[in-house]
Amino acid sequence: MSAVFKSIAPRPAPVRTEGFVPWVRANLFGDWKSIATTLIILGLAFAYVPGIVSWGAVNAVFKPDADVCQAARGTGACWGVVTEKYRLIIFGRYPYEAQWRPEVATILLLALLIASCIRAFWRPSLVLLWALVIPAFFVLMGGGMLGLEAVSTDQWGGLPLTIMLATFGIVLAFPLSVVVALGRRSELPAIRSLCVVYVELIRGVPLISVLFMASFMFPLFMPVGKSPDVLIRVLVGITLFAAAYLAETVRGGLQAIPKGQIEAAQSLGLSYWQTQRKIVLPQALAMVVPGIMNNFIAIFKDTSLVTIVSLYELTGALSLALNSDADWRPFKIEGYLFITLIYFTFCFSMSRYSLWIEKRVSVSKTR
Amino acid sequence: MSDRRPPKRRDWSWRSAAFRGLVYQIVAVALIGFGIWYLAHNTLANMAARGIQSGFGFLFQPAGFDIGESVFPYDALDPYWNAFLVGIANTLRVAIVGVVLATLLGTVIGIGRFSHNAIVRGLCYGYVELFRNIPVLLQLLMWYLLATDWLPPIFDAISVGGLFFLSKSGFSFPVPVWGLGQGLAAIGAVAGIVLAVIYKRWAVRQFELTGQVRRTFPVQLLLVIGLAFVGWLVGGAPNTWSVPTRGGFAMEGGGAASPEFISVLLGLVFYTSAFIAEVVRAGIASVSQGQVEAASSLGLARSQSMRLVVLPQALRVIIPPLTSQYLNLTKNSSLAVAIGYPDVVSIANTSLNQTGRAVECIAIIMAVYLTTSLSTSAFMNWYNTRAAIKER
Repeated sequence: MSAVFKSIAPRPAPVRTEGFVPWVRANLFGDWKSIATTLIILGLAFAYVPGIVSWGAVNAVFKPDADVCQAARGTGACWGVVTEKYRLIIFGRYPYEAQWRPEVATILLLALLIASCIRAFWRPSLVLLWALVIPAFFVLMGGGMLGLEAVSTDQWGGLPLTIMLATFGIVLAFPLSVVVALGRRSELPAIRSLCVVYVELIRGVPLISVLFMASFMFPLFMPVGKSPDVLIRVLVGITLFAAAYLAETVRGGLQAIPKGQIEAAQSLGLSYWQTQRKIVLPQALAMVVPGIMNNFIAIFKDTSLVTIVSLYELTGALSLALNSDADWRPFKIEGYLFITLIYFTFCFSMSRYSLWIEKRVSVSKTR
Repeated sequence: MSDRRPPKRRDWSWRSAAFRGLVYQIVAVALIGFGIWYLAHNTLANMAARGIQSGFGFLFQPAGFDIGESVFPYDALDPYWNAFLVGIANTLRVAIVGVVLATLLGTVIGIGRFSHNAIVRGLCYGYVELFRNIPVLLQLLMWYLLATDWLPPIFDAISVGGLFFLSKSGFSFPVPVWGLGQGLAAIGAVAGIVLAVIYKRWAVRQFELTGQVRRTFPVQLLLVIGLAFVGWLVGGAPNTWSVPTRGGFAMEGGGAASPEFISVLLGLVFYTSAFIAEVVRAGIASVSQGQVEAASSLGLARSQSMRLVVLPQALRVIIPPLTSQYLNLTKNSSLAVAIGYPDVVSIANTSLNQTGRAVECIAIIMAVYLTTSLSTSAFMNWYNTRAAIKER
């Protein structure tokens, strides 16, 4: 009874679950519904994408020539409108020969903002940098000293104005919002109700009504004969509006701090402000970073509304550039697409940055 | 040994927390009070200096301007308060239609983020990132430009089956001629909804008592449609429709949506639905995977586990941020002023320019939006408490 060795037949290799082909099989052709969807979408893409590409790129006119653009109307986009008008769109009514000043000022401000976002720069000297760049920005924009010709604020416009309103709106609103959020959780009833009324009142009305107030009612609020610059009035309006929304986000973080933290701080003998500054706020703010970034993005987008009260930031500058020019007015949609790209670039990079910082913050929590 | 509390402090000191709290509050209230008094004083002085009249008396004077579209009859000779009512109605119209459409679109896109199909997932992601990163004002302006510039003129309107027309002057569609039959059908539908709710309650109670599962949705649908149909039959089964026809300068007959209305609606719906999609996605993602696995191990089908297990739990996470999106949409409808849709802000803006009463007109805008916001959030809070976890 000797057992004869008999080799068993080789089993087939296991089905591959990684790599390109299995991924396509699982994600594009999983079941009949998925197959149908994929085929329909691919069909639509084949039907429409070539048309869009030929309109936007193949048949498009890039030369700043209105006649050629007019001839290509309907079959190709006229990006020539951007080549022709980009300085008016980007800088608004700022005097043409002095446009290097907003350019330098905006690049400085953007560099400062980007540096503030990078971890390697998070050190005390950054504050010094802010203290240098902000005055430099206003000197360059406003002029009137160092041999620069004075340019009044109603001539400021375009992208520099958008970035300025957003930056200062954020920088001013944030501290205010922290104070209001703390006030809303205060144990002193009068302070708490003042903060509640402020936040709910502002959050209940649209930004446009706050801007109307800034442009029509602020002049009435000031002593007779004095009225602050329209830019300052609008900036105050944006700040007050943004602070109410930010305060709600910050309050969310404050509420998430366990009571034990505060009690522990008190039993160590820390005062109210010491407790908030050293124990509560660092934890609470870290927790709501994504929400705060969303608010910042919202402020950036909301600056487009100041065009309704006649400040020519990016959106307003485009209308300014094209509405008065009969040759180029028909190509406004291309102009809109151009500034859409600018807005999208800023907002999208802010939201990417928010994701990155969210990951960084959560590193300390996952062990 | 029983009652040895620390002795109550009768003497308070200048340095006690309570005293300091009182001082802070008095100082804060006094500062705010002084600020308000100062602003009011300046305002009155400025008004006197510039000869601006104040008060709401102007509301009863004739407005003297025409309004492009109105849900009820309005004439340029009507008083200002009537013009404001038209504006409020227009705001509510675009906000309500917008909320419904944005919810539907946002839910579809949000659920699409969980699709098994990679292209669908990618498209939904692209949609969200694209539309929420472009300012809503810019979107409104672009839609308006497309509607007034790129659509064909009226004699060349895009037509679907001779019933729907799309042109520079808006979208026209057939509407039933309102009569007895339609009225009875509406009453029937309302009665059907009431009966459907009662039936649902009864079915749930039967299920709890006997464990017998009854089909609810088809019966409910049948109740509503059936009763509406009966009402329509009783009213004599009217079937006259007012179909739009091409006139010389405008579409005649039928219902119509102006290009301004369409642009505001499209802009608000696309912008808000991107945010709603994110809210829905976060809500569904918040339901733990174990819940879905437990449901499928109980033998529930995928659609059942979505409807009975995932959605009810996700709703609790979804409702509060959804409410604030609804409020945002309503507030963003104020941007209609930029493209000339006669909402309450644009009426107030015109009145402000005509009468110079800035304080009153801005107060009216704020009052309208505050009322809308506060009542919406009250309603949603009520709904939220119903959907919240019932803990024992």
